Amino acid sequence: MPSRPPNQPAGGRRRSPYRGYVYVLPAFAVYFAFAVLPALHTAYLSLFEWDGVTLGDWVGLGNYQEIFQDSVLRQSVLNALVLVVFFSFVPIVLGLAMTGLLARFRRPGMGAYRFLFMLPQVVPLVAVGVTWRWLYGDDGLVNQTFRAVGLDGVTRAWLGDFGAALIAVGLVGTWVLSGLCMMLFLSGVQKVDPSLYEAARLDGAGPVREFVSVTLPHLRGELAVAMTVTTVAALASFDIVYVTTNGGPGEQTTVPGLLVYRLAFSEGKVGLAAALAVVLGCLILAIVYLINRLSRSET
Amino acid sequence: MNTATRSERWSGYALLTVMAIAVVIPFLSVFLASLQPAGTPVVGLTWPERWSWDNYEQAWSVAGFSDLIRHSLTIAVGVVPASLVLAALAGYALGTMRLPGGNAVAAFFIAGLTIPVELIVVPLYFDLRGLGLTNSYLGVILVEIALFMPFSVFWMRTHFQSTPASLVEAARIDGASSGTILLRILLPLARPSLMTLGLLVFMWSWNQFLLVLVLIQDTTKHTAPAGLGFFVGQNSTDIPTLAAGTIIVMLPILILFVVFQRSFIAGLLQGATKG
Repeated sequence: MPSRPPNQPAGGRRRSPYRGYVYVLPAFAVYFAFAVLPALHTAYLSLFEWDGVTLGDWVGLGNYQEIFQDSVLRQSVLNALVLVVFFSFVPIVLGLAMTGLLARFRRPGMGAYRFLFMLPQVVPLVAVGVTWRWLYGDDGLVNQTFRAVGLDGVTRAWLGDFGAALIAVGLVGTWVLSGLCMMLFLSGVQKVDPSLYEAARLDGAGPVREFVSVTLPHLRGELAVAMTVTTVAALASFDIVYVTTNGGPGEQTTVPGLLVYRLAFSEGKVGLAAALAVVLGCLILAIVYLINRLSRSET
Repeated sequence: MNTATRSERWSGYALLTVMAIAVVIPFLSVFLASLQPAGTPVVGLTWPERWSWDNYEQAWSVAGFSDLIRHSLTIAVGVVPASLVLAALAGYALGTMRLPGGNAVAAFFIAGLTIPVELIVVPLYFDLRGLGLTNSYLGVILVEIALFMPFSVFWMRTHFQSTPASLVEAARIDGASSGTILLRILLPLARPSLMTLGLLVFMWSWNQFLLVLVLIQDTTKHTAPAGLGFFVGQNSTDIPTLAAGTIIVMLPILILFVVFQRSFIAGLLQGATKG
């Protein structure tokens, strides 16, 4: 009954090269069962019309068609893309500007700044959302500030305002992610050979020229990382939006994550929710792939 | 090194300080609000006339934040050790052994870095309900371990790849089995990497919201962020208590961050760069 591979001598001294997989198996099993399989199951569910209770109906790609036709679903994707501007573009520009200013000299006391800038990264986004909900409220700090400088006319309930709500939510993302971008770039710049800056100065380069020709080219890797992290944070945003506006007013701040939750668990449209989740997952995958592809090919 | 002029240096620090203030003010605003006498209307950034810690007592016992904290800790205590053990084992094999197809398996793990919770949460609810694992911490723990596994494996694999191969080679020649090599030689060296990973996993577990919202619908079993999110909907007018609750939910992670800031920051920056 014991079947030994024919090419293996008795005594088992030559071990199978696959033996090492014993170590990988537990991690793989949990990962596969509770992350990969559910992701595949989502794709499967997206092909059905199902209320979560009765038997589902096969609709093929019908749910996907609905995503592109339904105005609420389409708007949620567009809102997420607007959030990318505030979660990704603004923090990266701010971070680059800071880095340009600080690239050239040793910075004593940076430790304290680093602590503060990373602070929004470690606290729960739900707590961040509750905090900003209070800041944006009628009596919140934002309105207090406008009143203090005599701009009473500007004050409003920011998160309930049709024109301002999405921007207000976006700025929360800016607040969370700017510090991270800055720290990423600053730590990247430390790897630049200082003599390059001296050389640039000797050649008569001004700060802007120096930034463009010395600092920026060395930050390509960090830039790709910052873009990836912040874009994913914008597209898959849920916590902040759920707590601050829950999608309102109207559908002004609805994002795909919020709709996946709402469709599946309060509106009984499980298949449609799954399809939206798949679209979101593919969008994220495509963007991550694209960013990494571009950052590599330009070198 | 110092080619910057004095004015550049000053403008740099001035901007840093402005941004630092912008980061701190929201935290300060919540903190000050949490010290105002309960039930009073609070405006923006107001220094409390009389420091009152009553809101913390109120939030802790009456609003149930002590239970919420306990539930969150239960989950984190389940997730962190299991993640470390599984990731260390897998990272060891994928980082130091020549496994046939090992790179493909590693890539399969790394691909999971892009999975958002939204992509898995819908079927998870129905599947885990079938297994009796909704409204259960075990269900959340298993999913969180799986969700953080791509990063954890990747992190430990990178660590083990960077340990000198000669160390493993020498032990192997001495007749040490692969298990002994890991346990006696590599793990003691891996302590800093394991600690950083443990802190990151704890933080992600603590901050997890959507997953808990879906898998634990019984509000008496909520975790700290889920409870806070729920509380906002109920008591949004009682600002001082809400503010105290917000501080309580942030506090455990803030304490860890203060104590282990080097590990945290290194982990967040390196983790992002390598991932």
